[in-house]
Amino acid sequence: MEEKITGSEILIRALADNGVECMFGYPGGQIMPVYDKIFENPYGLRHYLARHEQGAIHAAEGYARATGRTGVVITTSGPGAMNLLTGLADALMDSTPLVAISGQVGCGMLGKDAFQESDVISSVLPVTKWALQVRRPEDIAPAISRAFYIANSGRPGPVVIDLARDAQIGMAVYEKQSQPFIRSYDSDPQPEKETIEKAARLINESQRPLVLAGHGVMISGAEKNLAELAEKADLPVGCTMLGLSALPSDHPQYVGMLGMHGNLGPNINTNRADLIVAVGMRFDDRVTGDVKKYAPDARIIHIDIDASEFDKMIKCDLHVHSDAGKALAALLPLVETGSHKEWRASFDQHRRVEEDRVMARELGCASEKRGMLMGGVIRKVCEAFGNDAVIVTDVGQNQMFAVKYSRFTRTRSLISSGGLGTMGYGLPAAIGAKIGVPDRTVVLFCGDGGLQMTIEELGMIMEYNVGVKIVLLNNNFLGNVRQWQHLFYKGRYSCTPMVNPDFRMLAGAYGIEASDVADISQLDAAIAEMRDSRGAYLLNVNIDETDMVFPMTPGGNGVDEILLNESEYYKPV
Amino acid sequence: MEEQLFTIAVYTENRVTLLHQISMIFSRRCLNIDSMTVSACSIEGVHKFTITCRSTRPMMEHVVKQIEKRVDVIKAFVLTDDEILFQEVALYKVPTENVVNTDIEEIVRKHGARVLEIHPEYTVFEKTGHTDEIKELYEHLKPLGIRQFVRSGRIAVTRSSREFVDEFLEKRSADRDK
Repeated sequence: MEEKITGSEILIRALADNGVECMFGYPGGQIMPVYDKIFENPYGLRHYLARHEQGAIHAAEGYARATGRTGVVITTSGPGAMNLLTGLADALMDSTPLVAISGQVGCGMLGKDAFQESDVISSVLPVTKWALQVRRPEDIAPAISRAFYIANSGRPGPVVIDLARDAQIGMAVYEKQSQPFIRSYDSDPQPEKETIEKAARLINESQRPLVLAGHGVMISGAEKNLAELAEKADLPVGCTMLGLSALPSDHPQYVGMLGMHGNLGPNINTNRADLIVAVGMRFDDRVTGDVKKYAPDARIIHIDIDASEFDKMIKCDLHVHSDAGKALAALLPLVETGSHKEWRASFDQHRRVEEDRVMARELGCASEKRGMLMGGVIRKVCEAFGNDAVIVTDVGQNQMFAVKYSRFTRTRSLISSGGLGTMGYGLPAAIGAKIGVPDRTVVLFCGDGGLQMTIEELGMIMEYNVGVKIVLLNNNFLGNVRQWQHLFYKGRYSCTPMVNPDFRMLAGAYGIEASDVADISQLDAAIAEMRDSRGAYLLNVNIDETDMVFPMTPGGNGVDEILLNESEYYKPV
Repeated sequence: MEEQLFTIAVYTENRVTLLHQISMIFSRRCLNIDSMTVSACSIEGVHKFTITCRSTRPMMEHVVKQIEKRVDVIKAFVLTDDEILFQEVALYKVPTENVVNTDIEEIVRKHGARVLEIHPEYTVFEKTGHTDEIKELYEHLKPLGIRQFVRSGRIAVTRSSREFVDEFLEKRSADRDK
């Protein structure tokens, strides 16, 4: 029989056996036995010290989103665990696989308001896919194995393991676990044959089909299946924000992004389509607008691995319960070679209007006032990196412009907080992404508000030489709220102007190269310098505060009731 | 849409936190749980939650899907009164001195109740039935001075000839062997 080792060592071995290479964390009193093992680094696990637990968990999210692997975050009890809540909620909304391990006080002190004790499990249950407190060392290995299986199967999500001190210091024999079987949890539902046949018939009969591709396409690795199906049946494909980069931006079947700030074509044509094929997406309210006015002429096929999404927002005609990859692969041989030339051309009409009426000005970068325009800056940066970078965004205008003006050539190239809309996500997520895919360029687009929410993570960049290119779209305003105040609150800019620090000096304090771009004449050279710099770089770009994101579907509108600018609705022919 | 009383049956693994995981799905939507009974069921290791709640059918169907999504939940069902046999049990504690002058046998016969204990100080009646029947006995005993009254949550079995949870678990057992 093998010898007994501490629970802390069991944890590290279990992490290694579950394929973990690195973790993000922050030590503290009730996780010290584990950190003592991390100090020995016995299984080659790398630990990245964040400057705040929220930074650690967003970094783990960025890592997971860039790689498809489970992100790992480790913290102490009480405040350490509580600081994870935002990241857990974010990961749950965006189907991001995470395992979070929090230290916990000794079992004898549980429930007695011990120092740095908090009821972690009760606090995290609403924002996790699964959570478990472990009190005995012999329970650690099975718990970790279950945690990784649950986090990254079915619809991925965050899992919390709350590790009581007794479990960390107690002794037990480590037993390597095989993949658990959980009878109450079917992680891999198979599409039913009759449903697939019916779906194929609907596609074959459709005159005006539209595919809505979501995050599930990438989670299930169905990018190729999606492209093949779309090409064979000549289906136009619109992407949700988290579905972006599932198809290359220049793919002939790709017609743009859906939703409130999406492109005109897919939004207008949602309400003109006779068939919607929703693949691995959940009809978020930002995608649908007013559900009563949504897709009135269309039959809707919904493919999703999560049965609780069926009919949640939109009543659908056909539910395909499986991951996107399996469903698309099963559909492919059954759909006929199709041609929808005229229908597809109608997307081009809308695209041309958007290019002329909205995008042309943005792409010129030059504002009539002071500062530059976000869309053009973003496009220039993306082109400087051959449209091949992983684009990470924060939340707000920077995000909407980044997702609209970036071009994607490879899958898993957009990392953004979609469902929860977490400001402060960008910087740590970009760091985690770069650590996950070190060979790729990682560009962060962020605003001055969001950057300052987790700016302490510049420390992680400094300590670990993480080569993230940070493009700060700086308008000294909370721009997205400002836009809504301008449009819907009579221009009363309540608490949105910001007095900001000197970001270049701040970057300098962390040893990060940086430059200020005050004027458009300096822009190209500064972008080139950033591109050619070896490590991290902060480009502080002076943005016109009046720059606004359009097109826009204001709340309560139907998906096809779209503002082209602050006073004019789009009237398609 | 009209609200009505629904019975939600939830079958789960026997684990800590399931109660919280289920109740939070109601509280998030500000749904008031009328009653909840948790116990073992006919399948070893499986626990059954019987929950009653007044709401609309779409809301209850939504809630049941959200409950079923939890990893340790095996199956959950929305049921209406016509689909189930259901009962509650109630206990009534009345001062014995007030009872001695009444016809106890008459009360017991009329309400299908029984006497659980007669103590010199107090007498306890037990009644199993539907809510309105339990209320009827309550009204009957009220003039005698009820010192304590308690009513359990609803328990229910379906009228269906199929046992969907068993079928599901058999399928999963087959999945495991694959």
